[in-house]
Amino acid sequence: MKDQISIEVHNLTVSYGAGPVLWDVDFELPTGKIIGVIGPNGSGKTTLLKTIMGLLEPSSGYVKIQNKSLNEVRDKIAYVPQRTSVDWDFPASVYDVVMMGRYGKRNLIRRPNNADVEIVEQSIQKVGLSDFRDRQISQLSGGQQQRVFIARALAQKADIYLLDEPFAGVDAATESSIISILEEMRNEGKTVLIIHHDLQTVLEHFEYLVLLNTRLIAKGNLQEVFTKENLSNAYGGQLTLLSKVVEIIKATDFPIREKDVDL
Amino acid sequence: MDTFLDFISFKDPNVIYVVLGVVFINAASALIGTFALLRKRALIGDAIAHSLLPGVCLGFLAAGEKNLIFLMFGAVITGWLSTFAVDIIVNRSKVKQDAAIGIVLSTFFAIGIVLLTYIQNHASGQQAGLETFLFGQAAAISRQDVIIFLVVLLVVLVAIIAFYRTFVLVTFNREYAITLGVKVKAYEFLITTLTVLSIAAGIQALGVILMSALVITPAAVGRLWSDQLPKIILLAVVFSIISGIGGAFVSYSSAQMPTGPWVVLLLSAIVGFSILFSPKKGIIARYKKSRENRLKILRENILKSIYVYHEKMMDKSLSLQMTVTDIMETRRFDTDDLTSGLRYLTHKGYLAKQGKSISLTDSGKKESKRIVRLHRLWEQYLLKKTTIDSDHVHSGAEAIEHIITPELEKELVKELGITGIPEEDY
Repeated sequence: MKDQISIEVHNLTVSYGAGPVLWDVDFELPTGKIIGVIGPNGSGKTTLLKTIMGLLEPSSGYVKIQNKSLNEVRDKIAYVPQRTSVDWDFPASVYDVVMMGRYGKRNLIRRPNNADVEIVEQSIQKVGLSDFRDRQISQLSGGQQQRVFIARALAQKADIYLLDEPFAGVDAATESSIISILEEMRNEGKTVLIIHHDLQTVLEHFEYLVLLNTRLIAKGNLQEVFTKENLSNAYGGQLTLLSKVVEIIKATDFPIREKDVDL
Repeated sequence: MDTFLDFISFKDPNVIYVVLGVVFINAASALIGTFALLRKRALIGDAIAHSLLPGVCLGFLAAGEKNLIFLMFGAVITGWLSTFAVDIIVNRSKVKQDAAIGIVLSTFFAIGIVLLTYIQNHASGQQAGLETFLFGQAAAISRQDVIIFLVVLLVVLVAIIAFYRTFVLVTFNREYAITLGVKVKAYEFLITTLTVLSIAAGIQALGVILMSALVITPAAVGRLWSDQLPKIILLAVVFSIISGIGGAFVSYSSAQMPTGPWVVLLLSAIVGFSILFSPKKGIIARYKKSRENRLKILRENILKSIYVYHEKMMDKSLSLQMTVTDIMETRRFDTDDLTSGLRYLTHKGYLAKQGKSISLTDSGKKESKRIVRLHRLWEQYLLKKTTIDSDHVHSGAEAIEHIITPELEKELVKELGITGIPEEDY
């Protein structure tokens, strides 16, 4: 079980307009670990998550989840988008939003049954929002909103969880309470993939790292990856050459690779 | 009064058709309009409405007569095309959505006017009366029209009931819905089609120019009154129906008056009323709240000054008799404010008044202690936990004592380890 692959990303290239945001990224991730995806701003972290979730079409390459295509295992993978990606003034309660985690493909029209309700209540309780169950989401603090999103993903009862910047704009207390929820999930054998930008807390939060800057800089166990050399590769110095090439590609609409060459 | 009785008793059978027609149209557009508003697509309604005109003309040309089914079919097609055109422009160019809507709206409307002129200049077109589609003519609603409007309403209603949860999901968090495997594009297509359909149903009565108001405004009003989506939808429908019937009545009671503009005007009046009076978000409610806060601050400041006066007089029992001048010497209040504040505190039983002298009652003693304690706890907190000069502490703590809740007070005490009232005031 331990050596099972949760997510396989194969030679993935994703472009917005002309410039590549992810460029020949290729890795396999283990199961049952808390994995951090780190890299500077604009390094393609969110793009990577969105491509894994099927929200963006890769220009080339593919993603496999538990060795299957996304559509076959959709109910095994849950996505927590960036908190700021939705309008929190939307008229809905905490319960309403968490219940969305139970909709799934087959459950769109039928009403939620007792099992759904129970799972939703449990998820709300796990993130410590039971007292806010019927509160309108517009009246929540940033940290509480983030916990609503996590509860919604918990309600999906998935194996793999992808979280985009769950610690952005939350206080330290919320951050550590979120981490303890995620650790609990890891102990149940779930895989948790987190986009993170605060290098200072990397050591406390993760056991496995994916270091990204358009290309894959490094991946592996924390100690192997979190080195000065890797970080300077990702965050500055040597790679300015790479970003210059990207700029040229953007400016000239130059193709990223020649059509008939398959890597 | 007679006109009103005639109106509500449907003395003129045409009134029934007009009223029912307007009610069905308004209900349908308010229902689906709520989702358009929440999807931040309010302006799309405007684009659609204007874009229906060429479709209506093409429908007329295809049928050779003013057949509502043909007209609506044409309208739905061009209305839908307009939203498609907006999406294409936004996705394929650097033009932003608001600009794209403006471009599409005026282009389709111009085509519509060209076609309309063409039809009117031809023999068959002269009795067509298609120009009513510009400004609407509710009086012309026939029995057959009413049935078509009812069908549109039922379609919208059934779709919203059946797909309510999915509509909400797609509206709130589109990307998340995709990750759940929801066919988001299909549902968006359905919402757009329902929007076009209900706008198309309404243009005969309200005209292409005013119809967008029926999509946007009711939902916006509902949002002012409630935070809960089912209630917002219900309120939107109710407000829309009320203004629909009102507009029909105005145009019935004075034959010169058009229905559509009056429906819109009544709706706008409801908006104005709601902006003023709606709970929490209304201007009046907010004014009242800030007035209450101001008065609360004044009253608590008076009690605080009385406590401080006792400290100055080295009296721990808090039972001195004082005059207004004594209070004024402790803290400079506005005379009128102080008089009204003292009257209120006496009325509430915090102060006892005997002639010119004032003293604290038992509950007044308790309350003044509470306020001074909160003020000084906060001063201590600022001093110990933040960098602040001691001569700034007092003003920094001023006003905060009125806000601190009992829960916060407990936390403060826990953090500072202080019991009772700190002696020092800065």
